[in-house]
Amino acid sequence: MQPTISGTVLLAFIAYSTWAAFANSDYFARPYISPFYSPCLASICGSARAGSQHVSAPHVGIFGPWWAISPAILVLIFPLGFRLTCYYYRRAYYRAFWQSPPACAVGEPHKRYSGETRFPLILQNFHRYFFYFGLIFNAILTYDAVVSFRSTTDKWGHMGLGTVVLVVNAALLWLYSLSCHSCRHIVGGRLKHFSRHPIRFKFWGVVTKLNSRHMQLAWASLIFVALTDLYVRLVASGTITDPRFF
Amino acid sequence: MTYDLKLRVWRGDASGGALRDYTVPVDDGEVVLDAVHHLQAREAGDMAVRWNCKAGKCGSCSAEINGRPRLMCLARLSTFERDEPITITPLRTFPVVKDLVTDVGFNYRKAAEVPAFSPSAAQPQAPFKMAQIDVERSQEFRKCIECFLCQDTCHVIRDHEDNKAAFSGPRFFIRYAELEMHPNDDGDRRQLVQQERGLGLCNITKCCSEVCPEHIKITDNGIIPMKERVADVRYDPVRFFRRRQGNPS
Ligand code: SF4
Ligand code: SF4
Ligand code: FES
Ligand code: FES
Repeated sequence: MQPTISGTVLLAFIAYSTWAAFANSDYFARPYISPFYSPCLASICGSARAGSQHVSAPHVGIFGPWWAISPAILVLIFPLGFRLTCYYYRRAYYRAFWQSPPACAVGEPHKRYSGETRFPLILQNFHRYFFYFGLIFNAILTYDAVVSFRSTTDKWGHMGLGTVVLVVNAALLWLYSLSCHSCRHIVGGRLKHFSRHPIRFKFWGVVTKLNSRHMQLAWASLIFVALTDLYVRLVASGTITDPRFF
Repeated sequence: MTYDLKLRVWRGDASGGALRDYTVPVDDGEVVLDAVHHLQAREAGDMAVRWNCKAGKCGSCSAEINGRPRLMCLARLSTFERDEPITITPLRTFPVVKDLVTDVGFNYRKAAEVPAFSPSAAQPQAPFKMAQIDVERSQEFRKCIECFLCQDTCHVIRDHEDNKAAFSGPRFFIRYAELEMHPNDDGDRRQLVQQERGLGLCNITKCCSEVCPEHIKITDNGIIPMKERVADVRYDPVRFFRRRQGNPS
């Protein structure tokens, strides 16, 4: 992708997600919860604003009533860190924002260059920990997608457009995580003998295939997670009603 | 069909030089190296250019064509606009000897620094059998023709002469990767490649992979796996602790 396009999409996402994360309202419309607000670790989610009403969104009250600002702030650092240290996004923002390099064989505007050898960029080496945390989040968002098959009165066997949105969102996040370079290394890349570890070699083969699509999955999952939040927001605020299939 | 092609070629030596304009008759289906040969035969008999195979296999004819590092023998004239001049300059990252010839000695010095293959004591030496799936992994890196286009395009040294001492470059990172992935190699070059060979200077922006005429996935299959291996030994507290306990990883 062109650095200008990727830079613009990234900026648009940052602007939207910052606004959505601080909004502190319209993130829950039974049975749908916005991915930006899940898991909710603060008890204020017990009375979350949705349109003109207050609803009880699922939460664990690790942070008591004293936590008064948006609960999204508590968890967003993990997906944010995961994307920020992702090998693909690194390439995209080094090129688009840092001009290092602006394009291949085009001179860069910096006098000195130390790459990823010093603080803070040396922290990029911790990408794998964000990957592990990302898996926990994927599990939680998958759970959110599963419970969205319940109706507004908690009966199983419901499905609305929101259910589809949540399921697709969780699937894209899994594909993005599984196609990660650190994942590729962990499942088998670090081995010297593929032949002695046939099962890990198989996994490595699958992840390698996904990995060649990592860029596309990175964009698809990024854009879709914002759309998922937007969808839940529109339903919660009463702007649209969720079309119900059964 | 023959037509007249405009060439702008950098002529000069270590003390300086400039672009010079030429017009040479070329044929459809020829490559940039052919045009350079016509030029040499007709009006610039003293022009220096390095080439050997004219088949994209020896890696000698690297140059920058319209600012892009490429092999002259693989650059088809049919892919350029006929009436636009084609600009050819020597590799920018290495010192010019004369005209299009540069001194690529930097790369040979970096090659000499790579600790050699060190066969494992635990395994029979000859004949050493290797499974096909293990062979394939390093075979990708073995396709390298040492054209050094990746080294030339890498912004770490292209724009920063001062990084040259501390940076081996993408061509050699895949050499380190190949050795690290070899089932019968006992060496451990992970600390070395990070601390002294400049792996951390690479910011995985992938220009090396983009210019490689052998389509080696230098970044995805060589550099990133090496960065992950380095993270295993340098940036992984869990594994660090396990090693302290005496469990090899
Ligand atoms: S990916 Fe790394 S080695 Fe390759 S050109 Fe970019 S900075 Fe240089
Ligand atoms: S890795 Fe590719 S670009 Fe680099 S020297 Fe080898 S063949 Fe040339
Ligand atoms: S998530 Fe992109 S490389 Fe790990
Ligand atoms: S002449 Fe051998 S690669 Fe071009």
